Amino acid sequence: MATDIGPPDFREMMHPALKENYGKWKYHEILRPGVLKHVSETGGEVYTVRVGSPRLVSIDFIRDICDIADKYCDGHLRFTSRHSIEFMTADESKVQPLIDEIKSYNLPVGGTGTSVTNIVHTQGWVHCHSAATDASAPVKAIMDELYEYFGSMTLPAQLRIAFACCLNMCGAIHCSDIAIVGIHRRPPKVDDERVGAVCEIPTTLASCPTGAIRRHPDANVKSVVVNEERCMYCGNCFTVCPAMPIADAEGDGVAIYVGGKVSNARTGPMFSRLAIPFLPNTPPRWPETVDAVKNIVEVYAQHARKWERVGEWIERVGWETFFRLTGIPFTEQHIDDFAHAVGTFRTTTNFKW
Amino acid sequence: MSDSETPMLDELEKGPWPSFVTEIKRMADRKPAAKDLLGQMELSFRDKVTHWKHGGIVGVTGYGGGVIGRYSDSPEQFPNVAAFHTFRVNQPSGWLYSTKALRKVCDVWEKYGSGLTNMHGSTGDIILLGANTENLQPAFNALSDEAGFDLGGSGSVLRTPSCCIGPARCEWSCIDTLDLCNDLTHTYQDQLHRPAWPYKFKFKIAGCPNDCVASIARADMPIIGTWRDSLRIDQDAVREYVANGLDLQGEVISRCPTDALEWDAAAKELKVKAEDCVRCMHCINRMPKAIRPGVEKGATILIGGKAPIMRGALLSWVLVPFMKMEPPYTEFKELVEKIWDWWDENARTRERVGELIERMGMWRFLRDIGLKPLPQMVFQPRSNPYVFWPEEGE
Repeated sequence: MATDIGPPDFREMMHPALKENYGKWKYHEILRPGVLKHVSETGGEVYTVRVGSPRLVSIDFIRDICDIADKYCDGHLRFTSRHSIEFMTADESKVQPLIDEIKSYNLPVGGTGTSVTNIVHTQGWVHCHSAATDASAPVKAIMDELYEYFGSMTLPAQLRIAFACCLNMCGAIHCSDIAIVGIHRRPPKVDDERVGAVCEIPTTLASCPTGAIRRHPDANVKSVVVNEERCMYCGNCFTVCPAMPIADAEGDGVAIYVGGKVSNARTGPMFSRLAIPFLPNTPPRWPETVDAVKNIVEVYAQHARKWERVGEWIERVGWETFFRLTGIPFTEQHIDDFAHAVGTFRTTTNFKW
Repeated sequence: MSDSETPMLDELEKGPWPSFVTEIKRMADRKPAAKDLLGQMELSFRDKVTHWKHGGIVGVTGYGGGVIGRYSDSPEQFPNVAAFHTFRVNQPSGWLYSTKALRKVCDVWEKYGSGLTNMHGSTGDIILLGANTENLQPAFNALSDEAGFDLGGSGSVLRTPSCCIGPARCEWSCIDTLDLCNDLTHTYQDQLHRPAWPYKFKFKIAGCPNDCVASIARADMPIIGTWRDSLRIDQDAVREYVANGLDLQGEVISRCPTDALEWDAAAKELKVKAEDCVRCMHCINRMPKAIRPGVEKGATILIGGKAPIMRGALLSWVLVPFMKMEPPYTEFKELVEKIWDWWDENARTRERVGELIERMGMWRFLRDIGLKPLPQMVFQPRSNPYVFWPEEGE
């Protein structure tokens, strides 16, 4: 078997309309939610239909969308950076039949312009050892609730929600309009016998951002001790030392951060910031989390000006206004206490009541 | 008719959004692993914890990564996911596919795995979700030899690069993101497959500052297309937008972060002061038919982005304001290889390049890499007066 062959060449994967007009595109329009039209300098055209999808799909699903692409898109399709599918055709007369076929599979068309786009998320309980929550299930529940926003463009600006099942934040969801992250709230439980067998002590000590871990004081015990007051349950020690499990059914849950963005449009990229420190894990549909997200979306939709992202709206009206309008309590946990914390304190009298 | 074994999971088949539970069930009849995955998920829902054990080193011959080991902590109950490893499969640039190629991947996975996938993982790879240990090598052989796909990176390696759709469909792409991504991936296969570094390193390539791949937030080294001259304005098209009701002042001109736009009411022209424009893309986003990027195109190279673990999240910051990006991208590759050497030499285990620069200081990084300090690298100069004066030659 050959190794190091690298990925297949994208040039073989492109729809002919993309190939013919490569590097020559001139402008695009969003014809309606989920439908783009691009026009090239030489008059070439391509229509794109964007379709929402779960991140976890079967090969049968992939074969289904391949069937659609074979029928309407000359045997080509692509995926977006947010798990959505894009079908492309140069033939305008195929667009509506393509959409009809997509809808016959109960797949939603949308995710363009000022919509709630697909939720980027991680493995959760489907596959991850360090998950503090599931991801696919709350994502499904949230998209069910916000479904109308995916297939329409009624928000002040695009709204990107992302979900990470623990603080590792695979997918770096921390710059999203609404970022939901699984958290632990109890320190790890050290299994002294196993630590000696499976962990590298110096690596484990070094893995703690707050220096809460030290060697076990008894020289005969090859293990570590956690200063629980300094532990903020990030779980990095568990990542490097399997003998310090940290998951806890009642302690674990999710936190919600808001106001991040990744683009440079109008304002530079911004981190999401803490809105709700804890909501419990309530399988199968996480109703508290769904309600909290919906509330934030609706308050934003009602109050923000056109082309203001959530974070830009909050910067303009002030975080005090955000907490007042959403009814979310502001607590001691909202105030930073890690490195660079003081930089977030308000060193001016310019605040609203 | 028996009661369902997965009553909680069944709740997630309700509602309009397409359901991942339906997808797992599609494979459950012919793949015992999928059936057991349902069972274990249901147990997780009842227990409110994961039932996957920590790690486990598995792989294929010749590589030090690309396969994520995964074992159930309840193998007696769910024997078909006792071992349930994952492949990362390097996607074609821009996630562009022919159905022919995708179907080949499906066929391989039908034969050797659970039939479940993620399209795609967060870094960008196709995730083939769930194979047992014996099938790993045969699955990889088939992927490589029959389907023509390779594995992506995992562990302390160059992780699979990803890019936006670029010149294949986007009029704003200032660099050939697809070719660059493909080129870097093929050039650095060794760094991608064989862990030799302190920790992971990620490229992400965006055609313009809209940054549809979130590179500033997610990559150690973002490459973002930009232009050095003035954006281009088609005045007829501007007037057409205005005639069609666009609030030019409210939606475009007043939103310019640097006040670079002006409406000349006499000439009925939208003017830009090029030297004040920071290329944020807002006006272009609002008026795609009327405003376009400039023609002197290249890329801004940034450095340092990462997620919270361990010393906190970092957004990447500007390193090279403008670099021409022309194949074979020699200037870029020379720079990145110097950075890798410096990082590899100086970093602690699991220290990302951004954290290392924060620890050692930008001045030392720039000296060692051979780059001059530029005001474009900072929002502001320092205010604190604890300033080092290194000896010449240090």
